[in-house]
Amino acid sequence: MSVAAPAATGHYGRRPRRAPLALGLCAALVVLAFLASLAIGPVTIAPGRILDIIGAALRGERATGAALREAVIVLDVRLPRTLLGLLVGGGIALAGAVTQGIFRNPLADPGLVGISNGAALAAAVWIVAGSHLAFYVPPALMDVGLPVMAFCGALIATVALYAISTHEGRTSVVTMLFAGIAIAALAAAGTGLTVFVASDQQLRDFTFWSFGSLGGATWQKVAAALPFMVLLGLICTRLARALDALALGEAEAFHVGIDVQRAKWLAILGIAAGAGASVAVAGVIGFVGLVVPHLIRLMIGPGHRLLLPCAALLGGALLLGADVVARTIVSPAELPLGVVTAGFGAPFFLWLLLRRRAALMG
Amino acid sequence: MYCAHDIGFSAGGRALLDGASVEVLPGRVTVLIGPNGAGKSTLFKVLAGERRAQRGQVTLAGADLAGLKPARLARLRAVLPQSVHVAFAFTVEEVAGIGAKPGRDTAAPIRRALARVELAGLAGENYEHLSGGEKQRVQLARALVQLEGGEGPGYLLLDEPTASLDLAQQLLVLALVRELAGEGVGVLAVLHDLNLAAMVADEIVALKQGRVAARGTPGEVLTDARIAELYGVSARIGWAPATPFLLPQAASR
Repeated sequence: MSVAAPAATGHYGRRPRRAPLALGLCAALVVLAFLASLAIGPVTIAPGRILDIIGAALRGERATGAALREAVIVLDVRLPRTLLGLLVGGGIALAGAVTQGIFRNPLADPGLVGISNGAALAAAVWIVAGSHLAFYVPPALMDVGLPVMAFCGALIATVALYAISTHEGRTSVVTMLFAGIAIAALAAAGTGLTVFVASDQQLRDFTFWSFGSLGGATWQKVAAALPFMVLLGLICTRLARALDALALGEAEAFHVGIDVQRAKWLAILGIAAGAGASVAVAGVIGFVGLVVPHLIRLMIGPGHRLLLPCAALLGGALLLGADVVARTIVSPAELPLGVVTAGFGAPFFLWLLLRRRAALMG
Repeated sequence: MYCAHDIGFSAGGRALLDGASVEVLPGRVTVLIGPNGAGKSTLFKVLAGERRAQRGQVTLAGADLAGLKPARLARLRAVLPQSVHVAFAFTVEEVAGIGAKPGRDTAAPIRRALARVELAGLAGENYEHLSGGEKQRVQLARALVQLEGGEGPGYLLLDEPTASLDLAQQLLVLALVRELAGEGVGVLAVLHDLNLAAMVADEIVALKQGRVAARGTPGEVLTDARIAELYGVSARIGWAPATPFLLPQAASR
């Protein structure tokens, strides 16, 4: 095959210059989405006011009179919701990127291959069983228990998926997708069984939660999700080089000095933390984990050193944007967030598939 | 020195290696030959550290291979596998840089390595768009980058490095292998083509049924009797001044 050298050199020069630009762009989108999420709502608050309110709160000043209402809206309602959106969006985009890296497949996504469903099952069990345990367990522990349970559910689903689809160091994509479908179905059946014994109120909560929503955001939830996302972030800083090497194959990754077994366990731990904690605080939100890393790869290529931070930023920004749409488009009611992300994400993904169909089939 | 001593390895109740030994010396090229199923690939994987032998020992730079961490092992030896499919659209230079020492300027070593395999013009190209031969040379460049970031000249293990290359590329790669040996790198290559083996080897190790059937210089190993014993083929070895050659046209089963 012959490739014109000048074209190749042009491409050569393009990617490195795009990289810092992409990181800057993603960071700018986060700032924009952050301010929009705080400003937009039934009461519109100017960005300048928002910064004043946050600044005052950080200095420990108490708002009074007319300012109190806006301060309450920003600090107690919108700020926790916004921070939770950033954490969840960043977490699921990162978990998606790591899942794709470790399975060496751009279609692997915690939402598609049953990991989120595993987390949802564990969370549902905790919610329903929790109401029976409420006498014995303090409420604070209930709040902490939910993400821990969801993390365990995601962990079990991920380990099972990996064990089933990997044989003698090779991961079969077809087996992985089928196993993912089976795990998702099994977890959904378990979740259905749990819902079956739930009360009407639990059922309603549960149905809404299962579409995905940031509606119940509180500072407690932010605090509960934070350690899991920090764990995922820390793991990602150790994993970028390993994921690049794993793109060559497991034996080849070992040849260049990667402790493959350790990398796989770290990745599984990170995926479970990200997918589990986000499901626990916001329900199952699809497509962000699939679309965001894909977008970044189109922009700056698949190198994980930049892909991972960019995906975290863009995931957070996109989820916040989707949340703003979800809570304004049918105001005063609220659309489930999962409906918005799937509504935008799925057609976008189909469009990508159609555009790249020739390349994917080749 | 990099050596495998008395290696025994069986899988699925079949003995693939049964007391095979091989030594790779700095600055020398050792070539593994033998019929299909003789255990070349298994011995290669045991040397690379991919497979743990049930019997025997592999030592590298005075240490037991089993006790070396993957990161340290990678600083001592690089491996060129047969064919590599890369998930995701990495560019040629990104693939070549995957073996680079972390936290160092990698651009210069990558540029040098790609120039040595004559692929400098494709640095920004998508790896998956290359031909089989170009991919193999990118992987070789990756191994060179890894060796450059390692300790000393190091060792290079090559599994069928000429398999998907045309004649010109075969000569390019073999010349590069000799050049590397000249720089002090210890090279072990698995080769099927006996003529290429004779051209490049300082020592040939012939495997048959998991054991070493013969070892020595190309002239010592490649004899009519040995070819008959190894492959069950009667052939006449010719001599092109200093190296033996074999014409498949003149051989019969």
